[in-house]
Amino acid sequence: MNDEILEVKNLHVNFHTQNGVVKAVRGVDFTLNKGETLAIVGESGSGKSVTAKAIMRLLPKQNARITSGKVNYEKNDLLEMPLKKIQQIRGSQISMVFQDPMTALNPTMKIGRQIIEGLKKHQNLSSKEAKIKAINMLKLVGIPNAEDRLDSYPHQYSGGMRQRVVIAMALACNPKILIADEPTTALDVTIQAQILELMKDLQAKTGTSIIIITHDLGVVANMADRVAVMYAGEIVEMGSVDEIFYNPQHPYTLGLLQSMPKLHENRNKPLIPIPGSPPDLASIGTGCPFAPRCPYTMKVCHYFPPVKKEILDGHSVSCWLQDNRTPKELQPIGIGGTI
Amino acid sequence: MNLEINNNKALQINNNEPLEIQDIPTEITDDLFVAAPIDINKQDEIASPPVTFWREAIGRLLKNKGSIISIILLVFMIFLALVGPQISGHTYRQQNIVHTNLPPKISGLEWLGFDGKDVHGIDQYKKRNIKENYWFGTDEFGRDLWTRVWKGTQISLFIALVAALLDLFIGVLYGGISAFYGGKVDNVMQRIIEILVGIPNLIVIILFILILEPGITSIILAMIVTGWVSMARVVRGQILQLKGQEFVLASRTLGASNRRLIGKHLLPNVMGPIIVTLMFTIPTAIFFEAFLSFIGLGLQAPLASLGVLIEDGYKGMRFFTYKLIFPAVVISAIMISFNLLGDGLRDALDPKMRK
Amino acid sequence: MLVTLFVIVTFTFFLMHLLPGTPFNNPEKLSDKQLKILNAKYGLDEPVALQYIRYLGNLIHGDLGMSFQYQGRTVDSMIIDRIGPSAIIGLQAMVFGSIIGLLLGVISALRHNTLLDYGSVTLAVLGMSIPSFVFAALLQYFIGVKLGWLPPALWESYRYTLLPSFALSVSVIATVSRFIRTEMLEVLGHDYIITARAKGLSESNVISKHVLRNALIPVVTMLGPLAVGIMTGTLVIEKIFAVPGLGEQFTLSILVNDYSVIMGITIFYSALFIFVVFVVDILYGILDPRINFKRGAEI
Repeated sequence: MNDEILEVKNLHVNFHTQNGVVKAVRGVDFTLNKGETLAIVGESGSGKSVTAKAIMRLLPKQNARITSGKVNYEKNDLLEMPLKKIQQIRGSQISMVFQDPMTALNPTMKIGRQIIEGLKKHQNLSSKEAKIKAINMLKLVGIPNAEDRLDSYPHQYSGGMRQRVVIAMALACNPKILIADEPTTALDVTIQAQILELMKDLQAKTGTSIIIITHDLGVVANMADRVAVMYAGEIVEMGSVDEIFYNPQHPYTLGLLQSMPKLHENRNKPLIPIPGSPPDLASIGTGCPFAPRCPYTMKVCHYFPPVKKEILDGHSVSCWLQDNRTPKELQPIGIGGTI
Repeated sequence: MNLEINNNKALQINNNEPLEIQDIPTEITDDLFVAAPIDINKQDEIASPPVTFWREAIGRLLKNKGSIISIILLVFMIFLALVGPQISGHTYRQQNIVHTNLPPKISGLEWLGFDGKDVHGIDQYKKRNIKENYWFGTDEFGRDLWTRVWKGTQISLFIALVAALLDLFIGVLYGGISAFYGGKVDNVMQRIIEILVGIPNLIVIILFILILEPGITSIILAMIVTGWVSMARVVRGQILQLKGQEFVLASRTLGASNRRLIGKHLLPNVMGPIIVTLMFTIPTAIFFEAFLSFIGLGLQAPLASLGVLIEDGYKGMRFFTYKLIFPAVVISAIMISFNLLGDGLRDALDPKMRK
Repeated sequence: MLVTLFVIVTFTFFLMHLLPGTPFNNPEKLSDKQLKILNAKYGLDEPVALQYIRYLGNLIHGDLGMSFQYQGRTVDSMIIDRIGPSAIIGLQAMVFGSIIGLLLGVISALRHNTLLDYGSVTLAVLGMSIPSFVFAALLQYFIGVKLGWLPPALWESYRYTLLPSFALSVSVIATVSRFIRTEMLEVLGHDYIITARAKGLSESNVISKHVLRNALIPVVTMLGPLAVGIMTGTLVIEKIFAVPGLGEQFTLSILVNDYSVIMGITIFYSALFIFVVFVVDILYGILDPRINFKRGAEI
């Protein structure tokens, strides 16, 4: 589509650890369109953060290896670019916001300086101009007394305020893409809402495309246009937010939605957790990674990895239940229709 | 479709049940599309058999090359320290006027330099018609240096060990009481330490030695007085940290007594840093003893410690370099080993180590 | 701080008076009467408590008393005479050692797990383990005597300071490089470093502006122990290289029981150490913004 701004194809990332090779990302494909918000959902260890960092090539050199894949941005493969070019793109065209605002800022450097650094590098502003821009950014994210706040240090801010500063830093150079890795996980619920509103607000003003990574379905419902569900290093289902919430096809997605406590439901209705735990990515076998925990497993699921099938425009699932050969009675109620 | 069949992993598939090779289908047939429910109870099985903390730590330690070398070296040298003086047939103080200042000679190892030749290249053994080979040579009184070096090692190690262990005892007691009871007790005890720390160790040690005539007891006492502080601090720090952790709170809530808390919960977790600190206290003690002996405040003749031997060796350095080399190598080897071992232990016992 | 000094002074004073023997040379050659006169002259016949008070009083005026060994010389003048050479080799060792140590530590942290790293760590372990006097003796022998590149002893011109300073600096290099390496490795793992890279900063920028800044601050805390190490080191180094410094004097005075000099130098060293620790504390407070703003307003 012409609207595509980022395309990730067949991304594989391995980590070489003391315990062997961990396959953190095992063949991820997705696209990001201009101006949209794509949410990547999954449990801890599903590979979502690694995917995000891989796009910006921020994985630790020591033990991470991107073994295959392409990340196409503006007709260039980011994974093949020389370091200097990537450094030009980072912070100015593609920016990232990290999970923990407490540790994301340099504790011994003034806030103003941390924002201005990026401005000076990418936009060639003079000190004065950069300072003014920095103040404007701080105002934009809702920090009171912005002029004075430039000279303060991170430990003088609260968690929510710090995250705002981090967002200010990320958006200072007007990037086309913002990748937010669990931006609200470490914050209180009320602050979470504020931050999310802020991000939506800024997106409306600047037209930035956002990839938001989270394990919180509430955040997804609030922010996303499209959703990619990740499990054990793979995307198992992807579609618009409506499709995913109202027409989930993959048993894992189904499980996630069912395990969420809902305010309007009967209290006496038991929560349905997904039994078991995610597989060990150092010794993962063939077959569908979710098979050991899936209530609808078939024999084929244990041996062969499912083929990705596009069931509706923009809605794709990787699951053997979608295959024509699957007998109807094995499909859970709702698969192929609405719940 | 890509099938990644790597080694035996595919045999175990996803539900950990090993299957025969002929059971694995090679292509997708219709009959595979039948229900194959999994055993939910199997899901929560722990992946690997439980290993105790200590076993894991020892495993990590043994993987560390530096630690292995250190352990081997240390065992070797301790063995020599105990056995060395016996096998030479001389005591450390036996003098022999005819055999003075003989360079080292070991039959079979002449090509390594153990040829009995002095600075001018003259084989002293031949010249003076001496049949017996002194492996490390002799000093100016004709005392066998092999015996003296290993006896000296014995004494240096003994002093260091005793000092370190007593440091440990006092330090653990002090730090433990301070941390466990906290509050005012802790404050006062810490104040005292603050003042003590302000006094350079060296000065205290020297002054101590001055009063109590130089000798083994005075050296040990002096080192204890200055050394216990670091152990006390480590113990206190560790206990304070543990006290705040939730498992202690949980235990207390379950009604554990103080003694049980200390014995079963706190102590085992403190052991790690204690052992590591001990590993570093010993070389410090060895160093101090050698240092004192070198400046003349250590052991007196005819006693030998590594420090005394180095001092003797230093005096004759120009013409009898061997007198300096042997004790220098031994003391360096011991200190390096303890330091490496301490490092290795520290890495092995810290569960949060990430490579 | 002053309390510590006070404790030291008191402690040392009473220790001195517990020492066996008299401070005078050849006491057996003196008759009882002469001994009495000498004792009176130095106030040694008074009750200990009185001597103590008198000593404290003098101390406040900066009067450390007279040497027993060298008739007619005041302790302060001796200290002033002798401090020069010790200060020179001490400072040279500190500066040289710190710079080299920093370089080694930073480089080995940046080239973690390479040969360079292992090599530098090995050097550090060796430097810390081999006793300074052993190293000094070997240095003196091989470079001073055998190779003759530098004068092996005494104190004639600037060249004579080089070997002793170098010998002293070895443990500094070892300690500093290990410490910096550990600090840097830790900082490199922090989230804000990833943030810095995510902003698109060049790697050298990231290292110099973000990593080094945070890694160097704790190094300041090492200065105290380093200073002590150097003070200890000068005792043997000065002996080996025949440097006419304070350390050599201290050792000599101990061997001849020159009470007042021993006390004077002890107090001097202790005061110096306390001063260094004090300065370090203040420096650390200035360098690390988190310390001063502990009670800063939160928004």
